[in-house]
Amino acid sequence: MIQIKDLHKSYKMGSNSLHVLKGINFNVEEGELVSIMGSSGSGKSTLLNILGMLDEADEGSYTLDGVPIKNLNERVAAKYRNKFLGFIFQSFNLINYKSALDNVALPLYYQKMPRKERMDRAFHYLEKVGLAEWSHHLPSELSGGQKQRVAIARALASDPKVLLADEPTGALDSKTSHEVMELIQGINDEGKTILIVTHEPDIAQMTKRIVNLKDGIIIDDHKVEQIRASQYV
Amino acid sequence: MFDIERWQEVFETLSKNKLRTALTCISVASGIFILIVLLGFSSGIQNGVKDQFSSDATNKLSIRTRSTTKGYKGLNPGRNIQLKMEDFIDVSRNYDDYLEYRSGNYSIWGSLINYKNESGNFRVQGVMPDFQFIENADISEGRFLNESDINEAKKVIVVGNKVKTELFKGKSPLGEYVSIYGIQFKVIGVFFDPGGEREESNVYIPVTSAQKAFNGGDRVRDMAFTVPMSGSLNEALELSEDLVAGIEYDLKQKYIIAPDDIAAIRVDNTLEEAKKIYSLVDIIRAVFWFVGIGTIIAGVVGVGNIMIIIVKERTKEIGIRKALGAQPLSIIGMILQESIFVTMFSGLFGLIAGLGLLELVGPTIDNDFIKYPQVDFNTALTTVFILVIAGTFAGFLPAYRAAKIKPIIALRDE
Ligand SMILES: Nc1ncnc2c1ncn2[C@@H]1O[C@H](COP(=O)(O)OP(=O)(O)OP(=O)(O)O)[C@@H](O)[C@H]1O
Ligand SMILES: [Mg+2]
Repeated sequence: MIQIKDLHKSYKMGSNSLHVLKGINFNVEEGELVSIMGSSGSGKSTLLNILGMLDEADEGSYTLDGVPIKNLNERVAAKYRNKFLGFIFQSFNLINYKSALDNVALPLYYQKMPRKERMDRAFHYLEKVGLAEWSHHLPSELSGGQKQRVAIARALASDPKVLLADEPTGALDSKTSHEVMELIQGINDEGKTILIVTHEPDIAQMTKRIVNLKDGIIIDDHKVEQIRASQYV
Repeated sequence: MFDIERWQEVFETLSKNKLRTALTCISVASGIFILIVLLGFSSGIQNGVKDQFSSDATNKLSIRTRSTTKGYKGLNPGRNIQLKMEDFIDVSRNYDDYLEYRSGNYSIWGSLINYKNESGNFRVQGVMPDFQFIENADISEGRFLNESDINEAKKVIVVGNKVKTELFKGKSPLGEYVSIYGIQFKVIGVFFDPGGEREESNVYIPVTSAQKAFNGGDRVRDMAFTVPMSGSLNEALELSEDLVAGIEYDLKQKYIIAPDDIAAIRVDNTLEEAKKIYSLVDIIRAVFWFVGIGTIIAGVVGVGNIMIIIVKERTKEIGIRKALGAQPLSIIGMILQESIFVTMFSGLFGLIAGLGLLELVGPTIDNDFIKYPQVDFNTALTTVFILVIAGTFAGFLPAYRAAKIKPIIALRDE
């Protein structure tokens, strides 16, 4: 599903440049649930942003579902993001004046899906994350866990190839984190490819593979025995 | 543009920020309001001025003579110059092609006119048939003077409406006799004049009768003409000026008047006056537009400013939208639509308020120089058009900035 070869990225800050990613090689198969770990500043988010086409690598190749991702202009990048990717952020990033349902429907709006169909579909995904009754509430009326579940429903709504989650449980307590992880595991069980950036080893243990980043290179990459989140809930 | 969802979003964001929206609306609405009121009044001034001139034909020329003020060819200054009927005939013949209406007149200023027991002081003018058109007089009863009245020096009279109300108490005066210095004149017509009461207290008799009855001989007090109004005002004005120069030259030659004696022959050229006033009106109008547009620009800058703040506040939201697949163009559309909507809505509000004020206050204005202040449909349409352009301008920079927002920067957690 994802092939990355010799990926480099540096940030220019004035006259110096900060070499953040120093040759990343890694592949992800369809249906995998991968966690990316590493200390703060090791380049996890940078890697995820490149995978998410929010940022571009300086060197190296990136292929997503057989499509080479290179030199995209803004229009094409927006189209690919909408079609191929679902994002889940640490701070949820819901639009605060839109209801849960409208938030979930937003990626579909940008696919120019007719309103009726879009709303039906958005509602279906809200149901899936267990928030059917909350569909008309604003994000400010929801708890952190609920917000993250709305964000997950939104990421799923356009049926993307890959879900990218940057510390999805970073702003949640451990109980809610486990609920969210349970949901993510369920989605993965249905075959969706998911990448999670996390700091927390217990969250990483709930994925199927851990990639360890240090100073811009992968120092460790191994499969793990998945711990089901349901046993904590 | 016609996407319901977009509109919903515009309303959502605007209603979320009521105070800010209201302030923006006020700045645009007051701009348009001021523009409309100014334009209304400038058209009011135009109407008023037009009215002032409509008492007589706008293309009227009148020529009268006084005493010379300069010595010339051995003749002393202070010599009285008296026009004769032959002068009128000469002018009429020599300049036939350039004259529309013509009348040689012999008037007596205030004269007592009697009808039975009633009497009043009115201005008696001996004129020719064309004078009706030179004066813009409108016959309401009977007829005006005709050729045979002149040729036969009939003792007939056409009276103004004021005379009718004062001497005849509103009864039809046709066929009645009035006396002027003991001479009986038969009333054959009544007229209205856009010049109002002042001109409606005139009475007209054939010039020949006036000369006979009041010892005029073949003297003429003044000559009045109109020039044809073909082509533009400027062309007509040029023609009339050439005409005046020609007539003046001929008369000065004939009566041996110094070429630079400006007092001996007086020419009133209404067209010239009209032209001056109209260009003044044009200037006033231009100034009003200038001020109005200035206010609109101030309003637009206000809207633009606020849109920039809005974009800044919504940076994160725009980043989210882009991450979810929003095209740059759809972001531009969103911001532009919001800005156009705000300017349109508040502008239309100002437009309606301005038109309403003119509608309300217009009829109560009683002033010679301002009449029926109003804004015609085309002007209203123009301002609406200006609004759309203004809204687009106001939104353009903010929209461009919004489109340039990078999601990765917008979404970075602080
Ligand atoms: N836009 C940027 N401009 C300059 N430097 C950047 C930028 N984004 C990230 N960096 C730097 O690149 C390095 C890697 O950042 P990154 O966000 O990928 O780390 P991370 O592994 O996600 O860390 P954390 O666990 O704290 O989120 C950091 O030193 C950071 O300061
Ligand atoms: Mg990070």
